Amino acid sequence: MFRNQYDTDVTTWSPAGRLFQVEYAMEAVKQGSAAIGLRSKTHVVLASVNKANSELSSHQKKIFKVDDHIGVAIAGLTADGRVLSRYLRSECINYSFTYESPLPVGRLVVQLADKAQVCTQRSWKRPYGVGLLVAGLDESGAHLYYNCPSGNYFEYQAFAIGSRSQAAKTYLERKFKTFMSSSREDLIKDALFAIKETLQGEKLTSSICTIAVLGVGEPFHIMDQKSIQELIESSEVKEDEPVADQGTAMQEDQSPEAAPMDI
Amino acid sequence: MNSIDSTPAKQGLASIEGSERTLYPYVTGTSVIGIKYKDGILIAADMGGSYGSTLRYKSVERIKPIGKHSLLGASGEISDFQEILKYLDELIVYDNMWDDGNSLGPKEVHNYLTRVMYNRRNKFNPLWNSLVLGGVKKGQKYLGMVSMIGVHFEDNHIATGFGNHLARPILREEWHENISFEDGVKLLEKCMRVLLYRDRSAINKLQIAKITESGVFVSQPYALKTFWGYSAFENPTKGAEGSW
Repeated sequence: MFRNQYDTDVTTWSPAGRLFQVEYAMEAVKQGSAAIGLRSKTHVVLASVNKANSELSSHQKKIFKVDDHIGVAIAGLTADGRVLSRYLRSECINYSFTYESPLPVGRLVVQLADKAQVCTQRSWKRPYGVGLLVAGLDESGAHLYYNCPSGNYFEYQAFAIGSRSQAAKTYLERKFKTFMSSSREDLIKDALFAIKETLQGEKLTSSICTIAVLGVGEPFHIMDQKSIQELIESSEVKEDEPVADQGTAMQEDQSPEAAPMDI
Repeated sequence: MNSIDSTPAKQGLASIEGSERTLYPYVTGTSVIGIKYKDGILIAADMGGSYGSTLRYKSVERIKPIGKHSLLGASGEISDFQEILKYLDELIVYDNMWDDGNSLGPKEVHNYLTRVMYNRRNKFNPLWNSLVLGGVKKGQKYLGMVSMIGVHFEDNHIATGFGNHLARPILREEWHENISFEDGVKLLEKCMRVLLYRDRSAINKLQIAKITESGVFVSQPYALKTFWGYSAFENPTKGAEGSW
């Protein structure tokens, strides 16, 4: 993306019909550390990579509980994420007070998207520089949504945002068909594996990632470090087997592919 | 969503132009009775609108369906009931406009009404009604009441006004879990008959409404059979000449 004369204002269209400021805001999301989400019929898992400015500082909070039945993971400008989380919490609690009932996730997500859209159509505002993975449970089951700075929102089976999220997305694309019927434990394991993909070689420990779970009969909560460390260790023991499987799978893939190359 | 108040300048206590808050009711409906039964909720109310002691209006529908899952019965000021129906209509339309598979159930409507009634009470401008809210959603039966000061609760059988004194004792004795539709109607008619004999604002024209998982059904207006041939009613002034 190169600088051009149509990118100063969010209210200026380019001749090609693009709003560059909004697209630049989406770039900010790609700069943040990774966050991933995946869901089954009854559970949603959010995971994030904890990035700290230096060894001296603590890492930034990227996963927020919005209500017992809704949680978000953010990537991008965490300050914007914090402010939006406060808005989401406010909407949930106001609805709860009036109706004594949890706010349906689908409606919260639309309200959030409309709020983001406003910032793309006012000359005195700027778009929010944060992408949100919204995990929620309502009458129709478990849901995962992605809200981006443009004001668009989509529902996903699994998704990853932030830096090096493409590696996680590739992993999730391979496995997403099984997620709907996955158990809670398998879902968390898949989340850990996806996070591992974004680390690209760095060691996966419980201090570098945060995992949160939401499900039927299980209010949204962030898992404690000890449980995550145990899960990581137990999946590491099994790691030799999956690696071996992938090795044989690769060999099988190469044989048919090798034939055309011979010629 | 804004619906409820008039402009702040006119609100509050009496100003030079005169009071603009509810002081007393004018056209009122009498008791409403509601019970849970096997498949859902049954609500009964007569069709009378009294103007003080005059039984002026005799075709007032005091039970209305709200959305897909609820029934609302009201006693008290009829015009305030009509206002409440307007607010609820707005609420339901707004809910339907989302078009997302979610819908407001009886619990949500009951709590919304509680908030409205309590807020008006705090402004010393109440909606002069006792509301009975019943409904079924996803197999769960719900029956609750809200008073004009915002007191709200749920129960297996509910009554307003005189119904509290005359009908509820009967219901406490004879209501049981999973009562059938026929028995439920018989029970309600028994209560309505007592009210007809003893409540002077009751008229002999009533409707019974039922709500189940499959929908709402409001009966046509009909009358109860009454019996006035009791010997105690003959020559009522026998023991005290001159009285009535």
